[in-house]
Amino acid sequence: MKLKNQLKAAIRSLSKNKMRTFLTMLGIIIGVASVIAMLAIGQGSKQSIQAQISNLGTNLLTIFPSASMTGGVRMEAGSSVKLTLDDYKAVASRCPAVMYSTPTVRTSGQLIAGSQNWRTSVWGVYPDYFDIRNLTIQSGSVFTTADDRSATKICVIGQTVSKYLFGEGIDPVGKQIRINKIPFLVTGLITAKGQNAFGQDQDDIVIAPFTTVQERMMTITYINSIMVSATTEKMIPEATDEITQVLKERHRLGPSEDPDFTIRSQADIANAATATSGILTILLASIASISLLVGGIGIMNIMLVSVTERTREIGIRMGVGARGRDVLLQFLIEALMISLIGGIIGAGLGILTSEVIASIMKWPVTITLQSILLSFLFSTAIGIFFGWYPARKAASLNPIDALRYE
Amino acid sequence: MGDLEVHALRGIDMEIRKSDFVAIMGKSGSGKSTFMNIVGCLDVPTRGEYFLDGVDVGKMNKDQLAQLRNNKIGFVFQSFNLLSRTSALENVELPLMYNPKVSSHALREKAMKALESVGLADRSHHLPNQLSGGEQQRVAIARALVNDPVVILADEPTGNLDTRTSVEVMDIFQQLNNKGITVVIVTHEPDIAAYTNRNVSFRDGRILKDLQVEHPRKASEELLLIPAISEEETI
Ligand SMILES: Nc1ncnc2c1ncn2[C@@H]1O[C@H](COP(=O)(O)OP(=O)(O)O)[C@@H](O)[C@H]1O
Ligand SMILES: [Mg+2]
Repeated sequence: MKLKNQLKAAIRSLSKNKMRTFLTMLGIIIGVASVIAMLAIGQGSKQSIQAQISNLGTNLLTIFPSASMTGGVRMEAGSSVKLTLDDYKAVASRCPAVMYSTPTVRTSGQLIAGSQNWRTSVWGVYPDYFDIRNLTIQSGSVFTTADDRSATKICVIGQTVSKYLFGEGIDPVGKQIRINKIPFLVTGLITAKGQNAFGQDQDDIVIAPFTTVQERMMTITYINSIMVSATTEKMIPEATDEITQVLKERHRLGPSEDPDFTIRSQADIANAATATSGILTILLASIASISLLVGGIGIMNIMLVSVTERTREIGIRMGVGARGRDVLLQFLIEALMISLIGGIIGAGLGILTSEVIASIMKWPVTITLQSILLSFLFSTAIGIFFGWYPARKAASLNPIDALRYE
Repeated sequence: MGDLEVHALRGIDMEIRKSDFVAIMGKSGSGKSTFMNIVGCLDVPTRGEYFLDGVDVGKMNKDQLAQLRNNKIGFVFQSFNLLSRTSALENVELPLMYNPKVSSHALREKAMKALESVGLADRSHHLPNQLSGGEQQRVAIARALVNDPVVILADEPTGNLDTRTSVEVMDIFQQLNNKGITVVIVTHEPDIAAYTNRNVSFRDGRILKDLQVEHPRKASEELLLIPAISEEETI
C-alpha cells in the first residue's frame, strides 16, 4: 500500500474515534509539554547562573594558601604557609598577564552608627579591587592609594549595610561609624549588586584600605589572599602560569613540587555551578519523561483494544490482498500519528507553559531548539516502541480467523 | 477452540476449468465454506494439493498468498463484509490499494468503473449502512472484480436477499462469466444453482454429485418479467 494511502487511512480511522484518539494523545501531549517546560526552566536557571557569575568578572583569579602536608597530616587550610604582602608585590610587578591586582585581608566587624548596629565582614583591599570585581560607587568616592599608605580610617559600604545603619534611602557619605570600636568615615556607597549565584548578599559588605584593616584592625603581618584580573579572559591560563612560577620561586619550591597555594579562577566556580544546575535539569527532565512513558503505555493500550475491535477489518483487508507488513504499517502509522501530533501539540503547550511560568513565577526560562527536537524524537520513538507490539499482533493474524472473528 | 479434530473436507478431488460457472451445494456444515476458503487462498488445507493457474498454492508463503488473493481472486464474503463507515467507492478501492501496479490516479477510475458495472455509480459515496442488502452485496461484488481477477468466489451471495435481488446478483455473475471470468458460488438453493453451468453437491466433506447443467436459466431475461419494486424503496 502506498504511503499516501496509508496516511489517509490512518487519519480516517483516527478521526472515526475522535474522543478516544484525543484522550490517547493527551498522555503524549502532557509528557512532551512537561519535558519541554522542565528543560526550559533548567536551561533558564543555568544561563542566569552563568550570567551572574560572569558579572562577577570572568577574568578574576584568586590566590590563597592551600593546606600543606606535614608528615602526611593535612593541616587546616592556611595554617602553616601564609601569603605575604611581598608575595603580592612580586605577583603585581612580575606578571605581565595580570592587569589589576590587590592583596586582601578580611575580618568580621561589629558596626555601630548612632543607636544602630550591624555585623558584617570588612575587607581590606587596594583600590584595584573595584576594577577586579566590577564594583562601582553610587555616591561619594573610593579611597586612594595615598589613603592606603597613610592607613586612613575611611571606608565604603554596601547598600545592605547602609540600610541597616542609616535607614533606606539615606545617603551615608560623610557619616561617621565605628567598626570594632574604631571610628571610620564613610566616603562612598557601593552600587547594588544583589545576590550572587550562591544566594549570598553581595551588598552586605564594608571595604576599607588594605593597610588600615591589616594593621589597625587585625594587627597581622600576612594577607588572606591575592586577587588579580587577567588582561583578557583568554590570558587566564597565561596569568595562572606566571603567578605559579613567581610564587613557587618565592616559596623556594622546585618546578616538580606541589605549590603551597591555590589559584582559583571564576571560570572554575562557574563550571561547578553550571554543572550543578545541569544535573538539576536532567533530574527535572527525567521526572517529566516518566509521564511521556505513561503516555506511551496509553498508546499501546488503546492500540491493543483497537486491534481486537478491528479484527474483522483486518480480515477483510487481508482477504483482498493486504500482506502482514501492510497491516503492520497501518497500525504503526496510527500509533506514530497519535504520538507525533501529540508531540506537536505538546511542544506548543510546553512553550506556552514555560512562558507562563516565566511571567508568573519570575523564573528565568530558556526554550532551546534542542529540547524541542529531543522531545519530538522521544515521542516518535515512543510511538514506534509502543505501537510495535499491537501492530505486530494485528499483522500476524490469520486472514480466515480474522474474518470469522465475532 | 475445540479439542475435537473436525475433518471439514476429506478426499476432495476436483478440477474447475477456466470460464466455468460452478455452484457448490450442500447442507449446512457440509464443508462448502471450507472448500471456498481454500480455493480463495484464505485457508490452506492440512493435507493435499491445490493448484491455481498451474501454481502449487501449498508451497506459497503468507505474502505470496496475499498477492495471489489480490491479483487473481475476487472473493465475495458471506455476509458482505464491507468496511463500516467507509463509502461504497472506498470499499471498492480497497483491493487496488494493495496492488502496487495500480497508480493512485487510476485507482478511483477503476473503482468507479467497477461500481458502474454493478449499477451503483450513483451510490458511490453512500456508506454501507445507507445501502440495502442487495446494494451492499453488489458493492462486495464490485470490490471482488475491481482487480480483474481470473476467478470470482462468492459464499452464499444470495443468502440474505429477496428473489428479485437474488436474480439481479445472478445476472451480474452471468455477465462476468460471459466475459470469461471463472465464477464459483456457494448456495443451498437449487433455484439459484440453476443459473450456473455446473452443480457440485457436498455432503460431510465429500463430493456427492457433480453435474453439468443442460440449460442454465438466463437471469437477464427473467429480470424483464419480474416487476422492479426494490429499486424505489431504498433511500
Ligand atoms: N474454525 C473451525 N473450527 C472447527 N470446526 C470448524 C471450523 N470451521 C468450520 N468447522 C466445521 O467444519 C465443518 C464444515 O464447515 P463449513 O465449511 O463452514 O460448512 P458450510 O459452509 O457448508 O456450512 C462444520 O462441521 C464446521 O462445524
Ligand atoms: Mg458456509
